[in-house]
Amino acid sequence: MKPIHLAVGVAALALLLALPHFVYPVFLMKVLCFALFACAFNLLIGYVGLLSFGHAAYFGGGAYIAAHMIKVGTVYIPFVGTIAFPPVTPEIGILLGTLFAGILGFVFGSLAIRRQGIYFAMITLALAEMFFLFCVQAPFTHNEDGIQAIPRTPLFGVIDTTDETSLYYIVLVIFLIGFGIVYRTIHSPFGQVLKAIRENEPRAISLGYNVDRYKLLAFVISCTLAGLAGATKTFVFRLASLTDVTWQMSGEVVLMTLLGGIGTIFGPIVGAGIIVSMQNYLATLGEWVLVIQGAIFVACVMLFRRGVVGEVREYFRVRRAAAAAEAAGAAAQSAAAGADRKPAPVA
Amino acid sequence: MFEICIPFVKCIPSQALFAQLLLGLINGAFYAILSLGLAVIFGMLNVINFAHGAQYMMGAFIAWMLLKWAGINFWLALIVAPVIVGMIAVLIEKIFLKRLYDYDHLYGLLVTFGLALIIEGLFRKQFGSSGQPYDNPLPGGTNLGFMFLPTYRAFAVVASLVVCIATWLVIEKTKLGSYLRAATENQTLVRAFGIDVPRMMTLTYAFGAALAGFAGVLAAPIQNVNPLMGSYLIVVVFAVVVIGGMGSIMGSIVTGFALGLIEGLTKVFYPQASNAVIFIIMAIVLLARPAGLFGQTK
Repeated sequence: MKPIHLAVGVAALALLLALPHFVYPVFLMKVLCFALFACAFNLLIGYVGLLSFGHAAYFGGGAYIAAHMIKVGTVYIPFVGTIAFPPVTPEIGILLGTLFAGILGFVFGSLAIRRQGIYFAMITLALAEMFFLFCVQAPFTHNEDGIQAIPRTPLFGVIDTTDETSLYYIVLVIFLIGFGIVYRTIHSPFGQVLKAIRENEPRAISLGYNVDRYKLLAFVISCTLAGLAGATKTFVFRLASLTDVTWQMSGEVVLMTLLGGIGTIFGPIVGAGIIVSMQNYLATLGEWVLVIQGAIFVACVMLFRRGVVGEVREYFRVRRAAAAAEAAGAAAQSAAAGADRKPAPVA
Repeated sequence: MFEICIPFVKCIPSQALFAQLLLGLINGAFYAILSLGLAVIFGMLNVINFAHGAQYMMGAFIAWMLLKWAGINFWLALIVAPVIVGMIAVLIEKIFLKRLYDYDHLYGLLVTFGLALIIEGLFRKQFGSSGQPYDNPLPGGTNLGFMFLPTYRAFAVVASLVVCIATWLVIEKTKLGSYLRAATENQTLVRAFGIDVPRMMTLTYAFGAALAGFAGVLAAPIQNVNPLMGSYLIVVVFAVVVIGGMGSIMGSIVTGFALGLIEGLTKVFYPQASNAVIFIIMAIVLLARPAGLFGQTK
């Protein structure tokens, strides 16, 4: 682990542990869920270079399955019939939602990785729209109403989840697990291959890597974690609705990642924090939120493509480089002082 | 009146079948014009124009505003509204897209997405999410025996066909079109011949956007004019583009119309799947021919 990551991580963790005593925990939980969503998304765009414009499908899919299993539990299997399982405990529900998102990611991912670049974005968007249409028609999602009033049953059947502060710590643990998986993936040999694919795909192929399998596995990991984020969100807010699967939601996660910094470890968390706070404070403005989000999008792309964390990192890098150049320049000058003067070559 | 039967599926009256087919044809016309515009823009600028749906919606709204506030009728609006949308597109290209050509193509997609959000948000703020009605300029219709043909719908199909084919002719058969095709292949070389490629790029983007605006005006009397009308359509058009591939202009036109018809047929025989059928076809095409029906793998 890089020292800078360790330092930032420890400081952030201390802050996260203390925060619920100062800030409304439900708001913090929302930030954590979206931060996990954005981290999962960032794994794809930042480290494999794949822009998925349909991540809402996995987020919302995870949310719907978790909500249904925790609240109702019955399962309909085509040609077999309805099996009336009892409602499950939250951790099983969240796990099932996560699993579903992973499977959905595998199916959609196997189709989408057949094209690259801009087509990949369009295909993931279209597939997500197909899933959205499914959610509109499937009876268990209750269409416009969504699945409401999901019970806050005890975790593992014993741990109380009705108290918001204790629920916050549960969500924090889930977030840390998800973030840990992303961190490990990026810094593993597998992650190195992903970066190689991002930088130069034909080269990675010529080195003998089965690029499609690497891409697919990264896609499935990302979708699974997006599902985990959605399932957790649904348990916190006791609601799964069509909003979770719309393409506007897919756009939101792109925005969070872009704003925080594509391809940075902590960027998506910062981005999620900013966007969720903005939505909270500007909620009364109604349609203006859409306009402001669009404006942030445009501003990010036009003015700071590195994002908040990326710009900070760049600032320190430039300063370090300048300091190093200064030191090197001073050394070179003293060396050149003794040498004969030659006419400088014309650049 | 007669019935048309498909064995083991169902029988339906010819009226219903042909009415749905006509509706499918109209939707197909919109898919064709929009995917054509996307293909032209992508070929030249390497940008996927996410604001295409918003520009389509703007076309419809500008026609509505012209009628409501300036008393300009539909036929004039059919020319004026696309020109206005095109002029706004010139600004968008000059202010935003121009500065992004040197970066990853995805930034073009993201910035047009942001612009689409801004445009849609502004219109929703101003007009709400419910639609504004636009009077049909060609009321009435003819009874063809097997179906009733509303005059305006027939006009909409013919008008879009004419526009599509005119675009194809301009690009394939004129000198201007040959510059365009050459610049799509190799910009540097075309610039070396003294052709003002940056200006061509601006005009291409404006032209693509104006096509979307034209489709919007055509759609205004059929649907309610509504700020959300573009955002659903654009996703379907993306699927159409993936199915057709963006390699050929004629390919976009044929794919657009064909998919509209298929969607119409599905609406008759299996309505539950009618919204999803284009996406399902996209999945099948990706499995069988990943480059798209008319696309070439690069």
